[in-house]
Amino acid sequence: MRAYRALLDFVGRAGRLLSVRFLLISLATLLLAIAPASAIADDADPAKEARAFQNYFFKKFPNVKPDDFANGPYALNEDMRRQWEEKEQFPPYEFSLEAGKELFAKPFANGKHYADCFPDSGIGIRQNYPQFDGKSGKVVTLELALNQCREANGEKAISYAGDDMAALTAYMAFTSRGKPFDIKIPDDPRALEAYEDGKRYFYTRRGQLNFSCATCHVQNPGERLRAEVLAPALGILNAMPIYRSEWGNMGTISRRFITCNSQVRGVPLEPQAEEYRNLEYFLSYVSNGLPISGPGSRP
Amino acid sequence: MRISLKTLLRIGCTMASTILAGSAALAVSTEADFRQAYAAADAAEKQAGILRNQWIVTEAALAEASRAAGKGDFDQAIAAAKEAEALAKASIFQATGEKAAWKNLEIRP
Repeated sequence: MRAYRALLDFVGRAGRLLSVRFLLISLATLLLAIAPASAIADDADPAKEARAFQNYFFKKFPNVKPDDFANGPYALNEDMRRQWEEKEQFPPYEFSLEAGKELFAKPFANGKHYADCFPDSGIGIRQNYPQFDGKSGKVVTLELALNQCREANGEKAISYAGDDMAALTAYMAFTSRGKPFDIKIPDDPRALEAYEDGKRYFYTRRGQLNFSCATCHVQNPGERLRAEVLAPALGILNAMPIYRSEWGNMGTISRRFITCNSQVRGVPLEPQAEEYRNLEYFLSYVSNGLPISGPGSRP
Repeated sequence: MRISLKTLLRIGCTMASTILAGSAALAVSTEADFRQAYAAADAAEKQAGILRNQWIVTEAALAEASRAAGKGDFDQAIAAAKEAEALAKASIFQATGEKAAWKNLEIRP
């Protein structure tokens, strides 16, 4: 009987020990599972990343002045630069710029203007876009804000890749020339996630050619891809929108992203898709401090 | 052994009807094969769409498959559909792998 009780006691203790061990193992497993996610969230430091991003280009091109990265390939290729400087005497985006000024001033059917939708009447504010909108939890680009303005005033949205959008953003960029990009990531996990998502998109390979944005604009800026000299990712949006001789007219950021996707034989996303807006958020943020130089022109 | 003309005609008719029936069955099965090949390619391409990573060449191959099928050229249609399926699967493979691999390109502090 005593032996039986001792056996029962042993089994009970072992059981308790085992259940405690099981509990500990389960807890450890759970912590391990959570750890990577929280580590990413804790490690994410966009300001530090932006500095590293800029330093990468400053080291890669030590003779290029930081602000000059806003001029894209012209900062890296002397021949192209000379041609561009001559072209700037009568810049090819001039007609679009004039059209944009007129469009911006033209009242909507309700008598209001674009200026009524923006701080400082929309003048000299390009460097603050894209913005993270806390209400919707989404990134709002200047192109999107312009269409939101139209719709709020009873007008139809215009094409994100069309001439009118290019003209409007050209005018707004022109009024911001020289002002440094000042993109904010507010203390909101959704804003940080939008930045992270944009970063992910930027570095992700896609399309049949298996290229990421970084393949051309981080690994190979200054190199030729057929006739083109690849622009550095740093400052790549500062000159937007751009007149491209290849297109024969002006193009918006939406149009540029769509073209990039097509060039690597990927099916482009819809203009102003969340991925594109987040990409614009990331690319603009890492160029903080560099001056707006748009509208620009490229071969 | 002598075979009567009537028997010969009967054998001839049987053989002809067998050949005709066989080729008709082949044509039906070719169209069915195309539909099956196209459905597989279309499903893979839809999956690539969910991953936001479709390729232009896949779309072109799917369009070519439909065009060829419309003309009744099921051999070409099946070949294009199979190519589309292979391309779509490659784009899925790419998107799946890149979920982690993109980090290798990142500029880190």
